[in-house]
Amino acid sequence: MTDNLKQRPPMLADMAQAVRGQLVVTAAERRNLVISVAIFIAAALVPLIFGGYALQLAISIVMYTALATSWLLFSGPTNYIALSTAAFFGIGMYTVAGGIDLLPYPVLIFGAGVMGAAMATVVGLATLRVSGVYFVIFSLGLAELVRQIMTWLQHVLGTMSGLYVTIDRSETEYYWQLLLLTAAVFLVGWWIGRSRLGFALRIIGNDELVAVHCGINTAIAKVILFIISSAFASVAGALVAPRWGYVEPVVAFSPFVSFQVVIMALLGGTQRLWGPLLGVVPFVLLWELISIEFPSQTTLLLGVCFLLIVYVIPNGLTGIVEDAMAGRTDFRAQLSDAAKRARSVVNDPQANLGKPIREALDQIRANSAELGGTVRDSLRTAIERWNSRNA
Amino acid sequence: MSILVIGLLLGGTYALMAMGLQLQYGVARIMNLANGEILIAGAFTTFWFYAGTKASPLFALLLVVPGAFILNWAIYRMFIFPLVRRAKSQGKLEVDSILATFGISFIAVGILLAIFGGEYLDYSYLAQPVFIFGERYGLNRVVAFLASAVLCAGLYLWLHKTRAGLALRAVSVNPSAAGLVSINVARTSALAFALGGAVTAAGGSLLSMFLTFDASLGVVFTLKALVIVILGGVGDIRGTIVASFILGFAETAVATLIDPGLTLAAAYVLFMIVLLVRPEGLFGRRPA
Repeated sequence: MTDNLKQRPPMLADMAQAVRGQLVVTAAERRNLVISVAIFIAAALVPLIFGGYALQLAISIVMYTALATSWLLFSGPTNYIALSTAAFFGIGMYTVAGGIDLLPYPVLIFGAGVMGAAMATVVGLATLRVSGVYFVIFSLGLAELVRQIMTWLQHVLGTMSGLYVTIDRSETEYYWQLLLLTAAVFLVGWWIGRSRLGFALRIIGNDELVAVHCGINTAIAKVILFIISSAFASVAGALVAPRWGYVEPVVAFSPFVSFQVVIMALLGGTQRLWGPLLGVVPFVLLWELISIEFPSQTTLLLGVCFLLIVYVIPNGLTGIVEDAMAGRTDFRAQLSDAAKRARSVVNDPQANLGKPIREALDQIRANSAELGGTVRDSLRTAIERWNSRNA
Repeated sequence: MSILVIGLLLGGTYALMAMGLQLQYGVARIMNLANGEILIAGAFTTFWFYAGTKASPLFALLLVVPGAFILNWAIYRMFIFPLVRRAKSQGKLEVDSILATFGISFIAVGILLAIFGGEYLDYSYLAQPVFIFGERYGLNRVVAFLASAVLCAGLYLWLHKTRAGLALRAVSVNPSAAGLVSINVARTSALAFALGGAVTAAGGSLLSMFLTFDASLGVVFTLKALVIVILGGVGDIRGTIVASFILGFAETAVATLIDPGLTLAAAYVLFMIVLLVRPEGLFGRRPA
């Protein structure tokens, strides 16, 4: 259970402060704050410099940063993989699309958050009290469920299969709106990390039984966090709805959104708040490349990328970056470690894979012995010849 | 009345698909989110077989079942087994296997799209009416139900009357204790996973006789199978069969009375009820 505790030695001090409800800002945190504000300002200037295609990419990056980071708020500390981002994203879109003729747009954005929070409350209360697996299963089909209900509602109400959202906004405005949302997600995430709630969640993620024995109401803590995380996804949906212009169930609740969010967050790493950011930027670019080069194989390639991340970099890019920054990446140690691991695989009698390698190694060893013998023999002959000539 | 009969026929066919997942989750302890894609693969292969040969789709089972068995065995050995070995705890394995099978499900959809395209596929086989209690039903539904019943019964007998079946049930109850009585747990788990995949694919094969499929529908069937397994209780075959009929009735009722597009909602309502009332399932044991 001590994984997180080990990574962060000043935890005990944190704990005491959090329990007392104090906000103590350390020097490192002040430094991080300055860096974050600088990045935010730099990001805000992007539309003034770039336009067209580059700005579109930037909008994708900012949107997925908001989605993946809000996903992480819940799934990071609890280790419960939420596959439901698309459902909340779509709910946000539909709130805007359905109410655009009735209410002003800013109210609808707020309303989208409320709708998302309401659905998250129902889902959370039903599933998070029981066990993690049930939550994952429930979240898996949630987007499909809401899609079916929306299609049915539109059928009953006699509207068309889609809805138009006509608000005139420029790409720059979309970008700034999403950037503000992202900043809000980060602020909330930072606040949660410092609060009693965040501390409780870290304990739950490490060992739920321990958390229960500490007197934490685990179900309520998880539900609150799920609500926060989902409300952000809904707001993101509300913000991009007018950009899409036409909202229909198949597009709004596409399972790809959930999948991409999870894959980006995993690529970045789930242990740090800024992890998804590291994953989003390369993945959006990669995804752009894939959809241009292999438009008909996107699903397949997405799945392959996902598996590669799960198997090859289970700790995400943050794990690699942090090791490097902390000077923990001792390359010699890593090499010897890799060699040790390879040796253990090869020598493991259970792994069939080892057998051919072991045989090949034996072969090489035998060959080299033979080769060595030949070399030694020829050397000996040469020396003998040399000696006999000089004698 | 017709709701009852159609629900019974549908539930009987669902039982086969859910038993496949039950073997994978109950025995091998792998939450397989790619289960529905295996089912779709079975359905598509049957479609392809029927379109090519015009022979009864039941013969396609001879192709689908061994094919799915080998495929799932390979998936277990290549993707799942490394996770089982690297996992430090059951919880970690659960997270890893969920992620891995989620990725595999997308790969499977991609492959199915590449081979069969994105259209809805169906075929017309035995589309003639039979009369039960004076009302007409499709003969294909009845045939699929009977075939499913035969396969389910066979599986049940195999699990309860043979040594291999006994080993499977032992692993399902307690993997570490099963290891103590010299059951090869790794092999048995792989067998259960492969067999589960074969059974699910057979279910897809039978369902394709009267349902229409497209490549992206897998997740719906994964979810239905999961709901059935949880409703019946993890690790309990009887529960799975009973729960399949319950889902069959619920879906048919929703489809006839409200809207055929809302079948997943029926499954979700059942799921909610189970979670709120009896999270361990109908036949499951309450954890101590």
